[in-house]
This record gives sequence, C-alpha cells and structure tokens, in this order.
Amino acid sequence: MAIEKVTVYIEKKPYKVKPHQSMLQACLSLGFDVPFFCWHPAMGSVGACRQCAVKLYTSERDERGRLVMSCLWPAIEGTRISIQDPEAVAFRANVIEGLMLNHPHDCPVCDEGGECHLQDMTVMTGHDYRRTRFAKRTFHNQYLGPFLNHEMNRCIQCYRCVRFYREYAGGNDFNAFAIRNLVYFGRQQDGVLENEFAGNLVEVCPTGVFTDKTLKQHYTRKWDLTMAPSICVHCGLGCNITAGERYGMLRRILNRYNSEVNGYFLCDRGRYGYEFVNNEERVRKPLLRRAGQTGVISKDAVINHCAGLFSKDDQVIGIGSPRASLEANFALRTMVGPDHFFTGMSDDESRLISAMLKVLREGPARTPSLQDIEHSDAILILGEDVTNVAPRMALSLRQSVRQQPLQLAEKLRIPLFLDHAVRELLQDAKGPLFIATPAATRLDDVATATYRAAPEDLARLGFAIAHALDARAPHVPDLSEEVRALAERISHALRDAQHPLVVSGPSCGSEAIIQAAANVARGLCTTGHPAGLSFIMPECNSFGLSLMGGKMLNAAFQTVEEGATDSVIILENDLYRRAPAPVVDTFLNTARHVVVLDYLANRTTAKAELVLPTGTFAETDGTLINNEGRAQRSFAVFPPGENIQESWRWLRDMMVIAGRREENSWQTLDELLTAMATTLPALARALEAAPPAAFRMAGAKLPRAPQRYSGRTAILANINVSEPRPPDDPDTPLSFTMEGYPAQAPAAVTPFFWSGGWNSIQATLKYQEEVNGPLRGGDAGVRLVEPAQPNNGSYFMIVPPAFEPRTGEWLLVPLHHIFGSEELSRSAPAVLELAPQAYVALNPDDALQLGVQTGKEITVDLAGTRYRLPVKIRLELPKGVAGLPAGVPPLEGISLPGWSKLSAGQ
Amino acid sequence: MAFSKNTSRRFVEKIITKNIRPEGEPPDLKAYEKAGGYQALRKALGMDPKAITELVKASNLRGRGGAGFLTGQKWSFVPVGKDAPHPKYLVANADEMEPGTFKDRLLLEGDPHQLIEGMIIAARALEADVAYIFLRGEYTLAAQRVRRAIAESYARGYLSKNILGSGYSLEMYLHISAGRYMCGEETGLLNALEGKRANPRTKPPFPQISGLWGKPTIVQNVETLANLPHIIQNGAEWFKGLSPGQSGGSKLYGASGKVRQPGLWELPMGTPIREILEEYAGGMRDGVKFRGLLPGGASTDFLVEEHLDVRMDFDDVHKAGSRMGTGTMIILDDKTCPVGMVRNLEHFFAQESCGWCTPCWSGLPWAEQTLTAIEEGRGEAHDLEILAHITRWVAPGNTFCALAPGAAEPLQSALKYFREDFERHIKEKRCPWR
Repeated sequence: MAIEKVTVYIEKKPYKVKPHQSMLQACLSLGFDVPFFCWHPAMGSVGACRQCAVKLYTSERDERGRLVMSCLWPAIEGTRISIQDPEAVAFRANVIEGLMLNHPHDCPVCDEGGECHLQDMTVMTGHDYRRTRFAKRTFHNQYLGPFLNHEMNRCIQCYRCVRFYREYAGGNDFNAFAIRNLVYFGRQQDGVLENEFAGNLVEVCPTGVFTDKTLKQHYTRKWDLTMAPSICVHCGLGCNITAGERYGMLRRILNRYNSEVNGYFLCDRGRYGYEFVNNEERVRKPLLRRAGQTGVISKDAVINHCAGLFSKDDQVIGIGSPRASLEANFALRTMVGPDHFFTGMSDDESRLISAMLKVLREGPARTPSLQDIEHSDAILILGEDVTNVAPRMALSLRQSVRQQPLQLAEKLRIPLFLDHAVRELLQDAKGPLFIATPAATRLDDVATATYRAAPEDLARLGFAIAHALDARAPHVPDLSEEVRALAERISHALRDAQHPLVVSGPSCGSEAIIQAAANVARGLCTTGHPAGLSFIMPECNSFGLSLMGGKMLNAAFQTVEEGATDSVIILENDLYRRAPAPVVDTFLNTARHVVVLDYLANRTTAKAELVLPTGTFAETDGTLINNEGRAQRSFAVFPPGENIQESWRWLRDMMVIAGRREENSWQTLDELLTAMATTLPALARALEAAPPAAFRMAGAKLPRAPQRYSGRTAILANINVSEPRPPDDPDTPLSFTMEGYPAQAPAAVTPFFWSGGWNSIQATLKYQEEVNGPLRGGDAGVRLVEPAQPNNGSYFMIVPPAFEPRTGEWLLVPLHHIFGSEELSRSAPAVLELAPQAYVALNPDDALQLGVQTGKEITVDLAGTRYRLPVKIRLELPKGVAGLPAGVPPLEGISLPGWSKLSAGQ
Repeated sequence: MAFSKNTSRRFVEKIITKNIRPEGEPPDLKAYEKAGGYQALRKALGMDPKAITELVKASNLRGRGGAGFLTGQKWSFVPVGKDAPHPKYLVANADEMEPGTFKDRLLLEGDPHQLIEGMIIAARALEADVAYIFLRGEYTLAAQRVRRAIAESYARGYLSKNILGSGYSLEMYLHISAGRYMCGEETGLLNALEGKRANPRTKPPFPQISGLWGKPTIVQNVETLANLPHIIQNGAEWFKGLSPGQSGGSKLYGASGKVRQPGLWELPMGTPIREILEEYAGGMRDGVKFRGLLPGGASTDFLVEEHLDVRMDFDDVHKAGSRMGTGTMIILDDKTCPVGMVRNLEHFFAQESCGWCTPCWSGLPWAEQTLTAIEEGRGEAHDLEILAHITRWVAPGNTFCALAPGAAEPLQSALKYFREDFERHIKEKRCPWR
C-alpha cells in the first residue's frame, strides 16, 4: 500500500514528502544540508542539541515565522519552513559556538579528525570565531576495555551514546551522570563495557569521545585509508563492512549501511575481529615440509611440486570450507570433481545445515532479512543464544519487541519519530518474545518468557506449539501441564501477531529443534499467519557451501583410512575445529600428501606437506551467502602480498599445470563465476551480487582510495622517485588507488561513504534514496533461496522423547561466546582479551552432587579424551545438563551435545 | 517562619490560610474536620466527576505554580469515562525550589489536610487512581506533617478503597525529592518520580495524555490544589468575587529582601504591588532605597519604581513586562549590587541546568562566567553584548523547557534597568558596592 505523500514548502518551493517523519528527516531525504547532532536515523528525535533549528511559518502570509527544531516538527501537509532564514542560520551558528565553548579544539591529535561530524557541522554553520575567554571544563577519562578510547573533554552532550547504549542496545553499565555543562558519559567506574555493541559508539558519537582503540595502535586518517566494500566473516549474517587499509595493513572496520542487512550497526566481534588479518601467525609464503624440515619455496616451485603430487587426479580429495568464498570452494570442487569434494564442516553440522536448507527451500516460511526481523512483532527463539552466535540479529530482535507496543503510540497520535515521547509512553511494554534455550541469553531481559531445558525438551516445546497452532502437526505425548500451557501461550502470541517470526539454528546440535521450528513456521503459514523463519548459520558461508553441496567429512577420513586416496587438499579450514584431535591426527598422518591453502597458521597447516598462503577477506574478492540466503560480494581492500594469492587462483594454477585446459580460461573472477553459474544453476545468480569487473562509470574504474589520499605519487619517493604502476585489479571494477570516477557507485561497489561537507560516517545519508531507505540504485545482495510455490511439504512427524537425566553422566551442550567461540576473531588480540578460558558449567544442584564449587577443576571425558576444566555455576542450567564453551581450546573439535562422565577427582 | 499578622490592616478574608497558625501545630484531622474540613470532599463525591471539572472551569482557577494555566481547561484534556486508560495519576507539585519562594511550604506545614482534601477532589474529577505528593527534600517538617495527615486520612477512610462508600478509590503517596530545581518542572518531575534523570520531556504529548509511566497525569501546584475544597463548598461565583481582578480567588503573596517585615500574606488576587510592599511588608528598611523587584521568584523579570501600581495578577504583571510567577517578590535595594544579585541567580540556574539542551547547559554557565568576571573586575567591553546575546539565544522555543528562558528574565531586565551599574563595573574594573 503506497502511503500518500504530503506537500511541504522549503524556501517557498513545494516538495512531496512522506508523512509520519520529522521535517529534519524530510529535508535530509530531499538532499538539504541541515546540521544535527542528537538526531540519529535509527534512533529518531529527542530535541536535545537544538542544532537543526529552522524557521517555521504558519501560512503563506506569515512573514515573521518562528524558530522550531526541525527534528521535532512533523512533516504534515502544508508545512512551510526556511532553512536559509538569517535568524535560523545565526541560531545554528550560535549552537555550534555554544558547543565549542568547552570543546578542546584538539583536532590535529584527535582520532576523529577528518571524519568528525562536529567538524563538518561547524563548517556547515559557518561559526569560526571564539568569543569566550574562559577556562574550559575538563574530565577524567575512563578505561573502557580493549575496544574504545574515552576522551570526555571533547564531549558536546548530544546524548547519542547513552541513548544507543541503554535504550537501543539494552546495556546498563553506561550512563549520563551529573548536570549542566558537566554531564559525564561513561561507566560508574572504569571497566570493560559489557554490551556487545559498544563499538558502535565509535560511529554514534559525533566527535572524538569514543574512538576505535584498535585503530589507534596503527592509526591512519580516513583520507589516507584505502577502503573497500567487504562482508564480515565472523558469523553467518553477512553484515556489510567497510575495510580500511594503508601500507598493507588492515587498519579498521566501519559499518557499511545496507538497509536490508545491518543498517547502521555492527557487533563488536565484527568490528574488532579484523586484526587476525595483521596477525603474526599469518602464512605469507609457500611452505614445503619434507622429512620434518620446513622451507619456504617460490610460487613457481609450488606449482611444479603440485604437478608432481597430483598426477593421478582421481586419487585426490578436496575438503572445502564454510569460511571460504563460493569461488574458492567451487575451484576446489572443480579440481577434485564433485565426487571427491567434501564440505569440511563437521558431520553433525553438515546434517543440520542441510536440514535447514531443505526446510527453507520447501517453505512455506520465507527467511527474513535483519530488517524484516526488526519489524517482526512476535518471536519464538528455539535453541539459539542469538547474541553470542549471530550478534547483530540480537540487536534487531531487541528492537522488534517494541513493534506491538508502538501501536499504542500510533493510536494516541504520538509521532513515532519522537523517540523519547514514545519511550515514555511505552515504558517497559514489550511485545511477545519467547526464548527457549538450555542456558540464559543476553536477550532474556526483553523476553516475555524463557524456557530452560535440554535440547530434546526444547524441540518438544516447539512441536507442542506447532500442534497447538495446527492439529495436523504431531501431538507431543507426556508433556507437563506447565509446558503445555507455555506452548499454548506461545501459539496464541504468534497467531495474534501480524509478522510472527521463528528463530532457530544448529547451536544445540539438534535436528529435532530444527524440525520443531519448521513445524511452528509451517503451522503459522498454513493457518493464515505468514511467518518468517530465520535459521542462524554458524559461519560466513555455511549457507553457500551447503547450497553447493559436498560429502561429509567423516567420509573423507574414511576414504584415506581405506586407502582409496592418499592425497588431500584442504581449503581454508582447520580440521581440528571440525573433528576430535585424534581423528584428525590419524587422517593427516595417514594421507601421503596434504596440501593446505590458508591464511593463518593453525594445527592443520602445521601438519601439511605444502602450505599455500591465501588471502583473507581483506586481500581477496569473493561471494558469501548469508543466513538469509543472500549472496553478497566482498571486495579486497588491498592486493595480496607477493607470494599470496586467492585460493581459487592457486587451484587454477594447479589445474592448468596438470594440463586441464578449460580452467585456463579462469583468468578473472567473472570467468570463474560464469563457470560456476553453468555448473551449479542454484548458484547462478551469485553472479549478480555485484557488477562485473568490466563495469565502468564515465569510462573509469571506481577508486578505493579517496580523493584526498595523501602523497599518492610520493609514497615510495624515498626509495624511487619514479612513480610505481598502480596495482592491477582484473577481478573487480574497483581501482586500488584514488584514480577513477569519484561519484556514487552501485551499492555493492561503494568503497566508502564520503560526500562534500560530509566527511564522517553520517555521509551515509547522502547515499540513501531517502533516510533509512535503500542505498541509491538498491542495496547490495541477491537472495538465492525462496520457498517453493506452491508449497506441498509436510510436517515433521517424529517427536523426540523427553530428556532423561542420567546418574553420573551429564549431557554436555555448547555454550557460545561472542568473543572466543569464533575461529578467526580469536586471532585478533582485542577480541581474545575478552574470550573465556575453557570451563564446564553446572547448575548448583549438580555441582553440589559432584561436591565441587566455582573454580574447582573437574574431569570431563569426551570422545576418548580427558579434560580437566574449572567449574562455573550457571543457575539456570537444567538438571543433568552441563555446558562447555564452544570453539574454545582445547575443546574446539568436540561435537556437542554429547554425554560425558564428570568427576570431581583426577 | 515569618508570617506577619495583618490585624492592623483592612479586613481581608482568609481562605486557604484560615486554619494556619504560623507558630503552632497544624490542625489534625479532628480539628480540620471541626473547621469544616472534608465536607467539600463529601460534596464532591456526590457530584459527577465531569461536574467537578465544569465547576473548576467556571471558577476560572489559574495554576499557582507560576504559569497561570487555567486549571479546569488543563483537566479537560485528561481522558475520562470507561474507555480511559488506567491507572491515571494526580501529582501535587510540592517541589518548591524557586529562589525567593516559600508559599507552598506554609500550606504544607500549616494545613496538610487541606492539600489532601483538594487532591482527593481533583483526583475524583479526573478519575485518577493514584496520587503523589512530590515534596522538596529539604522540607522535612512538611514531610512529617503531610505523612501524618495522609495516615489519618487513610485511617478515616478518605483514602484507599471505596472512599466514604462512594465506590471511588484512591491511593496517595508522599515522595520526597532527591533534590534538583528541574524536578519542579512538571515533566522533569515525572521522570524523577519514575526514578530517572530529571530531564524534561518532549511536549506534546502532554502529561494529560502520556504522563507518569505513560499514563494520563495531572501535575498541579500545592496552592492550586488547596483552593479546590473552597471552590466546591462555595461555588465558582464566590471564588471569582474574592478578587477585584480577572483571575479570581485569593493569592499567597510574599516579600523578601530588605523590607521591614518580610513575610507571606493571603490577599485578593490582583492586589497592587505597592499595597503589598508598603502595607504588608512595611516598606523598605531605614537607610535603604527601593531599586527594583522580581515579582514572582528568581525566574521573572525585574520591575522598578514605575511598576509599583501594577496589580499582582497574571495578565497585569505580564503587561508590565514580567511574570507574576509564584507571587513571592524579591526586593532589590540600593545597597545591594544588582550585578552580584544577578550573578548569584545565574549561578543557581547554571548549576541547576539539567544538561539536556545546548543553549541552556552551554549558555547559562557562560552567562555565569561572564557575570563573575564583571563582578570581580575582569569585565570586558563586549561582555554586555554577550550577556544580551545569551538571553536572546535561550528565548522560549529555542530551548527544550522553560528553565533557561526563566533564567534569562532577571538578566535581560537587569541589563535594561541597571545597565549603568554593569558599565561601571567594567569601566572601574571593580564592584562599586564592595
């Protein structure tokens, strides 16, 4: 339904704009420069800074008008304003003057300098002369953890930080303290900020109070960064990021707006995990290991060596990776053939992801984007600790609980853009959000109800909800009255909603949970309540790899064990995180030739005969498919080093040397993608994720470096005054330098947001069709999976039996940690600092039974290995269930859930 | 408490202070009832709630907190009837923190039952479920007395469920403020009552629609509420007839500064300033001369000699270029430095700025710094221009709430009436009064 637009007059000229927005937003959408601080496109208006004042006229005849704050004034039919009115212009300059009374003017030593919204707004308003002679106030700066610097003297009291941290992200260890011009934004005392989205303060703060602490260690101004449109690799959501590089080092990650995916915000794992790219453990040269000796060899020697290794290619198997691009996986699959291609996920994970994919393909529920999730109005989370496995989704879910209460504001005609007026009205009112997980989650504070149980029982709850929605779904026998009532309650809440949503995934390692979630979604959809079904994917390309298909990892182990093959190529994958160490040891020791392509040294590269250095996301281009089924292209921000190349190029070279002619035509990424589209029609549209390398604007490439990049021609002048040739990029329409067409490019190939007078991240506004709308020309990404039409799937009919605690044995379930569970970000020092050590979590009764308490070590026997782990008490864990941190050494390769004996003794 | 006995003067009917014995204990429930107390409540409980609002409208009762908004009109925005949201709230604003103002204190300490009765009547009209008295933290004696009075009212069935068999129920609580001038602003008060920072709220929506905990709420000054039992008992026409002016009723007027008898008097609304100053406050002390006055608390414009015949009523004082505010005057004499006085006031306002909107949190400390420099002999020629700029910059509409515009009032009028004193400070590089 199209919303009827209204006519407003700006400088006496009529404009058609959407209603139900503020005049500030309308002006910005129309492209007018109205300065602001406290307003934020995702957080609405509060009227604090008074920077966006304009003249409002009551009618055509009103010549005097009066000043109003455009952020508080609704765009209603006939509104007449002037931005250019001299009184309004003077007032706005006076506001800057007021903000500057105490601002330290330390731009040259401030990390925000050059991309500071306060600088931009100061220039925009024309304020340039300091009329005060008095001393400025000063503050104590706090230690806030490894992610953020705190420099309170720069604060202009716009309240954005505290609004984001507390009201938007749900944090409570940060606040505004004191009054007058001494308001202090920080913690009650120094300490690590607890909220998983704190890093967004870097972008939310309009000046340099909160800046990126990791950037500071290798600081570069925005104008000296080469930037590229990349996709985050630290979970399965595919948040859009801007990666910034200088001198071959990745300097920082910024959010890259995509209205459908991450909007304006990232999680801290996504923002700070990038430092693995600069890690000293990077593999930067080809390594050949013979008889225990390791030596660096040249690129050509590597290829020749491979030619010898793989002469009989029917004996070679390939193990792919859910953290490698479609292109890399496809190259390997092509090289070894589909019958010898293994996905490289653990068997359990592989099964679960295939099951999820099947459900999504059959439908009837559709996978929602993060934006859809934010607009859902009743949610069931089954088995997922969302904040710790797909963090950015948790931020969307936190907003979604406001959807139902917002109807009250609409009823009372309180404009939704008046953020505080709406919050004061709604208070703690929350829409339905039900969380069923084995342990507490960070979203519990906004949940309507939580249910803590073992995976089987979580599935049973899901099955019971589905049955309550539709009697054709299987009945769940032997359910307690309490759980039945809860299922009933949840079914009502979902049925009564406009946009119900089910969130589930593989974290509990339970196929029954996935089936239960599918049944709930089906129960809703088939009874006239179109529901979203969002499955969380563990890694950045789990979905893509699953679409491509491949065999199970254990089958690969078996092939080698049985002697059917003796050569293995492992692509960007540490097998020690996929299977128990003894199994992987046997596999790698048995295989005669092990070639590993990877960028970080790990236990698998340590066992390889040949290690080929490949590029990280920062050095290579590739397509990833996120949990929504959206194919997105990620672009390299700097060319790989001399001895490093993309995995697909290594593999192509090997194929070519082996005499395969067809792959010789893979000179560029586009050629490979075209081949993939032909071979795998399901992935054909991945080609459309971004414009091809031949794409030009005004006949030119698109520059990764900004116009103001310093010393483009002088950078190596101390070595050679001859200007070096800029690096080639045959794979993308982007150049690695500032040469190219500087105007707005299609979203997928927009390397950074920067516009005249808008040097900060707020320049995003200038790239949107309208405030909060898609980027001009449409947001990036192509959805590859839609539910089948017509839908003729059916309910899953097998309900698992209830969980039975055992004597002397515990069901160990994985507990995920945003910092620590994900492989790559563990190699980023700032993230690792916040990662937990391995532990075993028990509920107090079970701990008592074992006679242990917090911190005491106990013995855990798992998959033939014995671990000594300290105990953590988690009050909410169900009886008979214990937790282990997922992905944390030495527990990485363990497949959970699993039963284990626990004992207090040695 | 300085409370002048005005026996020597012409007879003035006392309404809201009739039970108050300044040096003694307030009337307890029994004494209050004996004096006719809670009869108005009985009457009101027999009335249709809408009829109460109509009666208050007809009485023309204007809010005594400073803004002078029509009480009945304010109530009429509260949704009533069976579709109205509940709980609804009534809040007595007893956070009297305006410098120079001490009128509500008298009512709170002197006759707490009158306030409670007025509140129950107002709550009944609004069909409110819960009432709060938001009391200034320093008013400890008032707290004791109000607490006792609430307990007595509960014991007697004037509060709680089914009041006097009427079917109407009301709970009442005393909340003692942690202390901030901003808590006296009605929406800042609501935030404080909710346990949040006392920042003001966006208006609209007004508290009548979305107030305390997002529910319909009326915030009313103590003195306003104290008038209600008398209006119910005696009718709208009687109330209007109490004063010669337009606003109707009586008003508590006060005077502080170097007058002979500083104090507080209940007089007909619209009594001329000169009469209050000369007949009730006894004129200026020997040896000092009148220079000006702030008519209704620190956040009102100075009036001077030429305004002494202005009636103390909302519209008359407004016409004279100031506001009646709380009606408690602060008098400036010729032995007191006007720059020092204004600096002291601006120190208060700067200190009490909640820190929300830029003109207020930035402008007021800047004004304070500038005034301090002038007072200490460090003034510069352009300082008066800057002070004038700040007063215009924080004009109503430019700021988020009325604090900064109020703070600008004594400053802008001092610059107008005492400009030569400011200039002397700057020229002589000292305060001539020191």
